[in-house]
Amino acid sequence: MNFALRFFVTSLVFIGVAAAQTTAITGATVHTVGPQGSIENATIIIEGGRIAAVGTNVSIPSDARRVDASNKVITPGLFSPLGQIGLSEVNAVEGTNDATQRGNDFAAAFDIADAYNPRSIVIAISRIDGITRAGITPHASGPDAEGYTSHVLSGLGSVVHLGDSPEWFVKRGAIVVANLGETGSSVAGGSRAAAVQILRAALDDALDYRQNKAAYERGDWRDYSFSAADLDALLGVLDGSAALLFNVDRASDISVVLGIAGEYNIRAIIAGGSEAWMVADHLAAAAVPVILDGINNLPGNFDRINARLDSASLLINAGVTVAFGASAQTHNARLLTQSAGIAVANGLTWDQALKAITLAPAEIYGVDSMVGTIEVGKDADLVIWSADPLELTSYPDQVYIQGAAISMESRQTLLRDRYLQTGSDAPPAFRN
Amino acid sequence: MHRLRSLLISLAAGTSIVACDPGEPDGPAPYDSRYQSLASQSTILRGATVLTGTGDRIDNADVVMQDGKIVAVGSALDATGMTAVDASDMWVTPGVIDVHSHLGAYPSPGVSAHSDGNEATDPNTAEVWAEHSVWPQDPGFVAALAGGVTTLQVLPGSANLFGGRGVTLKNVPGRSVMDMKFPGAPYGLKMACGENPKRVYGGKGQSPSTRMGNVAGYRSAWIEAADYNKKLANAEKGQGEAPKRDLKLETLAGVLNGEILVHNHCYRADEMAVMFEIAKEFGYKITAFHHAVEAYKIADLLRENDTCGAIWADWYGFKMEAFDGIRENAAILDRAEACTVMHSDSEMGIQRLNQESAKVIGAAARVGIDIPPERAVRWFTANAAKALGIADVVGTLEPGKMADVTVWDGNPFSVYTKAQKVYIDGALVYDRSDESGNPVTDFSLGTAAQHGGAQ
Repeated sequence: MNFALRFFVTSLVFIGVAAAQTTAITGATVHTVGPQGSIENATIIIEGGRIAAVGTNVSIPSDARRVDASNKVITPGLFSPLGQIGLSEVNAVEGTNDATQRGNDFAAAFDIADAYNPRSIVIAISRIDGITRAGITPHASGPDAEGYTSHVLSGLGSVVHLGDSPEWFVKRGAIVVANLGETGSSVAGGSRAAAVQILRAALDDALDYRQNKAAYERGDWRDYSFSAADLDALLGVLDGSAALLFNVDRASDISVVLGIAGEYNIRAIIAGGSEAWMVADHLAAAAVPVILDGINNLPGNFDRINARLDSASLLINAGVTVAFGASAQTHNARLLTQSAGIAVANGLTWDQALKAITLAPAEIYGVDSMVGTIEVGKDADLVIWSADPLELTSYPDQVYIQGAAISMESRQTLLRDRYLQTGSDAPPAFRN
Repeated sequence: MHRLRSLLISLAAGTSIVACDPGEPDGPAPYDSRYQSLASQSTILRGATVLTGTGDRIDNADVVMQDGKIVAVGSALDATGMTAVDASDMWVTPGVIDVHSHLGAYPSPGVSAHSDGNEATDPNTAEVWAEHSVWPQDPGFVAALAGGVTTLQVLPGSANLFGGRGVTLKNVPGRSVMDMKFPGAPYGLKMACGENPKRVYGGKGQSPSTRMGNVAGYRSAWIEAADYNKKLANAEKGQGEAPKRDLKLETLAGVLNGEILVHNHCYRADEMAVMFEIAKEFGYKITAFHHAVEAYKIADLLRENDTCGAIWADWYGFKMEAFDGIRENAAILDRAEACTVMHSDSEMGIQRLNQESAKVIGAAARVGIDIPPERAVRWFTANAAKALGIADVVGTLEPGKMADVTVWDGNPFSVYTKAQKVYIDGALVYDRSDESGNPVTDFSLGTAAQHGGAQ
């Protein structure tokens, strides 16, 4: 057996054991992001993939595997709320991208979950930098060369964990994605108003369909502009089991979203939100959260003319739930910590910033009973950091997902280790 | 003919001689820099942690700026009659230099009417100059200033084998690009390897459509440029007619004459190695490979050729030639003593080249390589100045250099640190503690950028 294979098999065995065995992590400063706050010199007990205990006065079972994390910092696993992790390998290599669907076959029902690749190289790269959960979303695009566009309702998004257990989906169909603003205009024929009308027509059809589903299925009811599959997807939005996520930046478009959310009594999420700070009080009153592209402080287009770097602080202090994420950052979802750190430099408290990359996205997706904090009973998604996790000079020593210590190896660490070898005269291909 | 030659040289070098109408007083030559530094006062920054850019760190040091120049760096310096700034909790570095920007040429807002960075109509557009696309009202200049950036090179895009001339600017927004041109800085020539040119032109059914087509394109152009140079030289000696003036060949000839610096967009290690062969065949120097995602695979080649690797911290995976990007790229280059430069290629990244460098410091620490701040700071100061051919006047805090200085409210490699004051030629151009004197571009009037947007 060659070295690489032997190592691989050994790691698998190790991971299997780690998941089953009780683990005690001692000595670290633990930021629980939960009711226990931050605890110095804490002990965390992991049993059956879940947090069994956390605190300073915790007895360690005699059979526990002990991990000394003295002088380290522990946080909940990070949650990347948007992007195409597992749906895109190389952006410019068409066959590796499955998040965008054009044409008239699907709208809300387009489900990217069936394209998800849990073995994507992006997953290993992301999780060794602390990301343990991700929202994965369809991506809307305007007309291609043949004139086909994505729909205003571009499909279903899901939540996945990035661990090794084969039930990748934490919540399938957690959201339906809608595109307003400039993107909405480009997929709706040239006006953002048309995008809103298409959205309303879909919701109206879905309401009618909900009332008259039996008659419709008997062929005894009027036709709809949308397929039954699309309307079924929207039923989840109407009954609150799924949220409707709006890609939108301009303040006026966000106000339109708030109107629709109230009118149809649906759970809305704002994604992008460059100008959300201008309607922060309204967002807070409607309890509509924002997944903020927090670093983007320039007017990249006219929808973002009032983008600013202290948006997160303005929103959170107005009472809005904010998570950091940028849909363009699939490959570099690991930059969540940078977004959080920059927000701290621009008015957020450190605790608020950590929450915005852990608990807040879990709340937004309705999976906070499972993850987002270090609390007894929750999945043991933990990161042991070398130092302050928001500092870019810090790094994870070890990441746990559902209680298992994951392999801290990625395609990038393999490349790194090959080219860090300076003792060898052999060509790189022979340095194995 | 001699007159034409001097004109070419002066244009290339950005100096201000010749080409005025007879009888007029001498003014700047066409297209030449009209940059004027803002009014400055003699200033002493007191008690700071100073990263000099030369590889040194001096704690509790003073920095003295006078008449636009660095006068002294040291302890308890005499400051009689100077404006004194208490910098005891501050860190001071040379002003940040970005060697790869498209500000002004691809400005914000990024509407198609503003898309002026790629003359994607021919694989060789060495005749275009990026400066003629620069819109000084791009709000990105001010955002970059708030990130400590004092100098930047604006390059054409990478659609073409030869994209055109790049221009080095002082980051002091003016009315025209001439008001911003860095006095005396050499021009750059943007070249591009790999996927972009072959995709753009292959897609139009013309050459190049392959990497071998790319290489044939470079070589054919250099043969023409060498021939043009030869005809010019012969004509100067009275042998034969001078060739008709040719903007494209003037730029390429400028490279062969060593007056224009090659900035070569190139991702893959194997392609960079081939580019060195082409440079060898035609006798020119590649000043810097830009992006150079795989530079870590050929750090020794970069060092031997005295070619800088101007790179991102962590971009990868957006196209095939970026598949092998790793965060340790800069660390491996720097360890090999190759000229390592942190660049942005982004209106966002340019605002925090210090943080991009911090990512590398963290990745290196993970494998036991310690990179102290005084070493990493060179990546966006002294080494960047070297790549732009302006290292003799800027890029370090050595006496006699331009007083381009960034004052940070902490260790610049902390994510929580911000640039507090930015001096360009000794003038306070940006002050976070007093926004009243900070620049606001016309486009930003009435927007959030006026009140914290770009800050």
